[in-house]
Amino acid sequence: MIELDARRLMCPMPVIKTQDAIKTMVSGDNLRVTCTDPGVMQDIPAWCRINGHTVLKIEEIDHEFILTIEVGND
Amino acid sequence: MATQRKAVALISGGLDSLLAAKVMLEQGIHVEGINFYTGFCVEGHTHAIRKKDKAKPKRNNALWSAEQLGIKLHIIDVIEEYKDVLINPKHGYGQNMNPCLDCKVFMVGKAKEWADENGFDFIITGEVIGQRPMSQRKETMPVISRESGADDRLLRPLCAQNLPETLPEKEGWVNRDELYGFSGRTRKPQMALAEKFGFVDYAQPAGGCCFLTDKAYSVKLTDLWASRGKKEYEIDDIMLLKVGRHFRPKPHFKLIVAREEGENNFLQGYRKQFITLRTMSHKGPLTLLDGTIEDDDLELAAKIVARFSQGRDADTVDVEVAELGEVIKNISVKPFAVDEIQEAWRV
Ligand code: SF4
Repeated sequence: MIELDARRLMCPMPVIKTQDAIKTMVSGDNLRVTCTDPGVMQDIPAWCRINGHTVLKIEEIDHEFILTIEVGND
Repeated sequence: MATQRKAVALISGGLDSLLAAKVMLEQGIHVEGINFYTGFCVEGHTHAIRKKDKAKPKRNNALWSAEQLGIKLHIIDVIEEYKDVLINPKHGYGQNMNPCLDCKVFMVGKAKEWADENGFDFIITGEVIGQRPMSQRKETMPVISRESGADDRLLRPLCAQNLPETLPEKEGWVNRDELYGFSGRTRKPQMALAEKFGFVDYAQPAGGCCFLTDKAYSVKLTDLWASRGKKEYEIDDIMLLKVGRHFRPKPHFKLIVAREEGENNFLQGYRKQFITLRTMSHKGPLTLLDGTIEDDDLELAAKIVARFSQGRDADTVDVEVAELGEVIKNISVKPFAVDEIQEAWRV
């Protein structure tokens, strides 16, 4: 599991950081992104759907949004 | 079988770029989208700040467009490189601080670089001749093609029939007869095409794709540069221009007063970078002081802050001043009356 800290970043920066992290990973790897901008709840899943990755879990803990993503094939 | 050609489409989130990409998909082209984040884009963060906007989260229209089209979208952070475009625009600014023509040249140029690196054949945009007064005129179209370095690899599917043939047309990768010849400010042809393709609920931004076309925002940016004596900015500066009421009671400092809880929380995140003022005896907004302070400046600032607290009509309001997160002073002031806050201070 790779961890990505995207706290204090405003959308679309967390999406860009997620995209750049996934570029360095391979299919089947998992990425956990922690964010503070609630916009990520919409934007990261949308970005994943478009680019063929799967959001495994979305958690909201203490005003932080944590998304676990499984990297897709492409 | 002929090779499937690849086009990279500039996706802003608006209807025109959505349609342009769709026209290419209809012709069997492999299309992927690219979207540049300059820091000023309307898409994105502002909805995260104000509390009232939180109830109805705003979608990112570039992502939405890509999803409608069933294409990939690459979002590129160009915050640093964009500074030079905004600070030194060769072709100048539009009605406000929008350097649209230079911005287009820059974005098409970046898309061309991306296309070269990723083995794409050409670039498409949703530009329409005459749609926007500054950047989308018949004379500016060749300027963008030439100065971006894209030359005849830049195709505008929505108005291609009014322009000279481009490489994808000459080579027969796309059929010119199935492109369009839209021109002028009317939106009717685009709306008809959207209907044909079954797109509903698409975004219709009024001014443009970024905050630089906004008058109030541009005034704040100009004030920032004037006060610093030079044109420069960091991402935090441009974010803060979107938040709160701004007052400049003295040339050397500005106050940013939160307007509601969401902004208050947002400004909290800057406590360790700025001088902050907080009313203690009464509920009130968090205020950032950007600049330097001399002699009586803190008292002046505190009187303004107190005006926006629930103690506005009280004889005295206690204000706590902190610098980089550490409390440096507590002052009691009589809040300014409404007419003591000079109109000229408002930015
Ligand atoms: S509105 Fe903003 S993003 Fe759009 S072309 Fe003009 S400067 Fe660039």
